[in-house]
Amino acid sequence: MYDYEDGKLDWLAAGLPSEGTNAERPRAGDVARKDVPTCRLDERLGDVRDRVREAGWDACVVLNEERVVFGLLRSKELETNPDRRIEEAMRPGPSTFRPFVSIEEMAAFMIEHDLDSSPITTSDGRLVGLLRRQDAAKAALELHEREHHSDGGKA
Amino acid sequence: MPQPIDRDEVRRLVDRGAQLVEVLPPNEYEEDHLPGAISMPLRRLEKEARSSLDRGRPVVVYCWDSA
Repeated sequence: MYDYEDGKLDWLAAGLPSEGTNAERPRAGDVARKDVPTCRLDERLGDVRDRVREAGWDACVVLNEERVVFGLLRSKELETNPDRRIEEAMRPGPSTFRPFVSIEEMAAFMIEHDLDSSPITTSDGRLVGLLRRQDAAKAALELHEREHHSDGGKA
Repeated sequence: MPQPIDRDEVRRLVDRGAQLVEVLPPNEYEEDHLPGAISMPLRRLEKEARSSLDRGRPVVVYCWDSA
């Protein structure tokens, strides 16, 4: 017999699939954008800004070689001196969330705390994707409408 | 005494046919469980293990976390 000591929390925090009633509802890891631009600490800000703009984004996640999140660049940071290194320009240590957090909880938190976006990471800090507030709110609203309609329109 | 294993080892064992058993209360199992896991709350484990589990296959038990 074997004991998976770190348990279900470890499994879910790693973004691995699960079964059950929660698994049927969208979660942070499902809605997060996996195509978010990323960059390294030692890159030049101007180079990263060009790449981010070309990709049609206004945000970039700063990672190390193991895809661990070190920081975030939003419009405000991207528009500063292009010769700065990413390490100087970024917002270090952003708040991150685990993939299994419900989308309703994420949407409510992001609206309450006025967060435009939040990196979603595994328990060891590796990037899963970037969750944007508008995507979280839209998914939460769609979920509410779906569940409201399935109740036959009961309030 | 069960042998402690990590996530990667769980996946390897399951690929080779291991049985996954969640020992949390049934309502927690209903919300989320590892794919293919069965529910066997801790207080029933000793009583039900012999009748419900295949002795020819490894068994991996898990809880919520290591606390």
